[in-house]
Amino acid sequence: MELINQHTKAIMEGCKERARAAGLSFTDESLEYIVTNRDLIELSPKVMIPTLYDYWVHDVEVLRGKGEYELYPHNPYETVINTRPPISFYNDNNPDWLNVMIFYHVLGHIDFFQNNLYFRHTWEYDFTGQALSDKRVIAKLRAEKGRWVDYILEFARSIDNLVGYHDELSPLFMAPETATSSRLDYYFDTFLQVEKKLPVGEYLKEVARYNDAIAQNREEGERIFFAEVTAKYPEMEAHFAKSQNVKRVERRDLMKFLIENSEFLARDENQWMRSVLEVVRKTSIFFQPQIRTKIMNEGWASYWHEKLFLVDDRIKGHEVDFARVHAGVTSMPRVGMNPYALGMRLMYQLKENGDKGKTGYEFNRLSDREERKRFDAASGKGDEYLFKIRSNYCDYLFIKDFVDQEFTDRYDLFVTGKRLDPQRMVWQYYVKSRDANDYRDMVLASLYHPPYIEIAPERGEEGMLYLVHHFEGKQLVSEYIANTMVGIEYLWGAPVQLETSEAVIEQQRGSAGREGVEEPEITWQRVVYTMKDKVLSRQIL
Amino acid sequence: MKDPEKYLEQLKAKGLDPEREARFREELAGAREISVSDRRGPFPDFSRGLYAWHDLAVLQDQERVPNPYQLHMKALDELLERDRQREKDGFPRKIRVGRLIKPGKGGKGKIVVVPSTEEEKFLHDPTIRPPGEGGSTGGSGKGEEGEVIGEQKVRETGEEPGQGPGQGEGEAHEMGASAYELGRVLTEQFQLPNLKEKGKKRSFTRYIYDLTDRNRGSGQVLDKKATLRKIVETNISLGNLPDPADMDPTRFLISPRDKVYRIFSQEKDYEPQAMVFFLRDYSGSMAGKVTELVATQHVMIYSWLLYQYAGQVESRFILHDTEAKEVPDFDTYYNSRVAGGTEVASAYKLVNEIVEKENLAADYNIYVFHGTDGDDWDTGGDKSIPELVKILTYVSRMGVTIAEHAGTQWTEVARYLENSGLLRDKPDLLRMDIMHEDAEEARVIEGIKRLIS
Repeated sequence: MELINQHTKAIMEGCKERARAAGLSFTDESLEYIVTNRDLIELSPKVMIPTLYDYWVHDVEVLRGKGEYELYPHNPYETVINTRPPISFYNDNNPDWLNVMIFYHVLGHIDFFQNNLYFRHTWEYDFTGQALSDKRVIAKLRAEKGRWVDYILEFARSIDNLVGYHDELSPLFMAPETATSSRLDYYFDTFLQVEKKLPVGEYLKEVARYNDAIAQNREEGERIFFAEVTAKYPEMEAHFAKSQNVKRVERRDLMKFLIENSEFLARDENQWMRSVLEVVRKTSIFFQPQIRTKIMNEGWASYWHEKLFLVDDRIKGHEVDFARVHAGVTSMPRVGMNPYALGMRLMYQLKENGDKGKTGYEFNRLSDREERKRFDAASGKGDEYLFKIRSNYCDYLFIKDFVDQEFTDRYDLFVTGKRLDPQRMVWQYYVKSRDANDYRDMVLASLYHPPYIEIAPERGEEGMLYLVHHFEGKQLVSEYIANTMVGIEYLWGAPVQLETSEAVIEQQRGSAGREGVEEPEITWQRVVYTMKDKVLSRQIL
Repeated sequence: MKDPEKYLEQLKAKGLDPEREARFREELAGAREISVSDRRGPFPDFSRGLYAWHDLAVLQDQERVPNPYQLHMKALDELLERDRQREKDGFPRKIRVGRLIKPGKGGKGKIVVVPSTEEEKFLHDPTIRPPGEGGSTGGSGKGEEGEVIGEQKVRETGEEPGQGPGQGEGEAHEMGASAYELGRVLTEQFQLPNLKEKGKKRSFTRYIYDLTDRNRGSGQVLDKKATLRKIVETNISLGNLPDPADMDPTRFLISPRDKVYRIFSQEKDYEPQAMVFFLRDYSGSMAGKVTELVATQHVMIYSWLLYQYAGQVESRFILHDTEAKEVPDFDTYYNSRVAGGTEVASAYKLVNEIVEKENLAADYNIYVFHGTDGDDWDTGGDKSIPELVKILTYVSRMGVTIAEHAGTQWTEVARYLENSGLLRDKPDLLRMDIMHEDAEEARVIEGIKRLIS
């Protein structure tokens, strides 16, 4: 791979100046590479990280059938890589004006990576450097352990979507002064809520009482508070002491759980497997925020490349060229979802809302449609509002909070449905709904969402690992269950069980006439899969 | 086209138990799409997820570069060796061959067999929905709620590159190097059974060299018998041999032209030719894995034939539901969508018709490979069996593959084939292989062996 030439680099630097002046913020350094097809072939299986570890599957065609987007927490063809310094990739024959547009887009992404709080855990280190050292670790292990390294890699990758990304993120935002004693945590979090099941009102009173105690006496407040608590609930201390002895078990992060608790991995001869698991886990967590901010990220970058390109004095005469490419990127498809288009329109809407002051209480209490339309407090806070959203939101919140009827009406958005007309044997595409709630639900349902699988050690028989898949309206891909569980069983060193839900599609019997045929319905049943000695069995609960 | 609904009514009139009727109806309802096909109808973006959009394609027109696995891929052999090692280590096999992609342009189906694999994880399955529901996505523009904005035939064969009329007269399928490789690997394992000498032969563009030609006067090896005969002829004509009963070789006059030599020469090698019919059930019940299995098996047989008997074996492709049709090329055969009812007899009948009309039995060794999930509305095989008997009169081998759905056993086809006694009486001509829909690659290859051994 080659760096871009000095001429092009100068254009990039010019873009940086203008982007900074508009309010974007990013580190000074960045690396821009020219990629050829051949480079892409090698880069794409490695998620565009040139230094990612080697794995034989990268050389084979990987089948991505149904629900392609669910398979990986990343897109293999990103242009910009969130590293220090950020790396981006270009064709070698882009004209200058096009590079200007792409550079602004790229700078939008870089600004997003470096300011959005969902990327907080990636800010402190250079992932390509980390990946390089991981790659060496794996290469060294492979020299010693041969194909077994590949098996462990494979098993680790088969559960790399079950990582505690949010658990990893939240401690980073914990201010040190908010740290509270474990007694206090236990009392409010567990004792009152779980054991005593206090009504909300009572609970809040208790919180207020604590706050008062602290306010009166900063040093001794907590002690005084607990003296009263013990008078009221004499059993509290004993319960607390008991709870301290129970080791807290990781429940959501299967990879971490295995690293910490698997007796098989803890054996001396298997210690090395933990390093492999760590590498895979770290890689997965690194990519998590990227897929959780796809719409925002592309919307943000498109918003800025449009804005900045149009005022750039260097590209006079290429407005039409730009318009053509830009429209291709950000036009709303008749059917389908384009994250660039959707995200950019939302950004514009929010900017307008901010400028008109449609963000506060005064606006939100209005219910009259016309009044809402006319509302304009001319507060001019659009930019500030937009930057705040860029820092604090992910796709889920972005869509959930900001897709409303005004937005969908303005851009003529609707939910497209597809249904079978059995008489004519055609699939019909039709306008299913123009209700913003339906549109929002449809977008939310298509967002990346790994299954919520909880580890429930208390439910497994002796030595068994018991996993509970919390049902959220979708079943797991059934062909994948067996092989995934083979891997988990291996890493755990003992049998594994998975409790999950499966669809039973029932054809409604009864009237055979074509008119009155009732819609077939899906009912769900709970099943348990058991993987023991690499043999899978299934039992209906 | 025969209306399956009417056909179903007829069947019902003849008496049909409710369980079966319900099953047939379900099959008619079209079931799910198969993922093998990528024909996307009027709105290609419909099934394109949010995450399929990416900067390189959108901004820089840099489309996905297909992985040219041959470049840095170890040979297929080596991959399969890795897989065998997996099995020895106690893990299920992972590499699959027999997938087909088709980057070919201009109506030529290009067959590429790719070693491929899947990375299995616990993932939500977005395709689980009531039959007849096709999912939903976003849209923009005009249209009232409920308005239909586009339609797509359930069984659309599409106009995409690599599709179209397929192979024309005399034009063979282009074949990717890897398909060839696969064929080579498979060749070590199979051979067409019962090849017989038949009428019109076609040459193998292959030559053997032998001392077959004769030349008078000069050459490599003297053919003594022929030379002597020549000498006798000459002497008779010269009147030098008055009494044939009393020959005196010492008095023979020998002319140089009498010497007959054998010389080295090129010979064309002729072999009997074969016609292979591939039959595939593409009814509604075939959705999902069973189709994949049957198609995979047929890809393998096909690429093996292409390798081993190139130019000598012709292939014909037939798809059937309640009606059979011949399709022009393997690509269409492989990629057509499923829907509709099932009647196996229709396909058998079409084979008989083709064979009769084109008088194939006289000149060709005929092989028929049929893949189905074993469902047949013609429960007792009342129509299929007579057609099958007819096929068995001329065929060199017929192989029926039944890929059973989970939870089914002794499907209709399996049952009536068994009951007909044909499997027992003509083991040399008719073979049946029943596998489960979850069968692995190795099992599929095993299946081919069973069909053609």
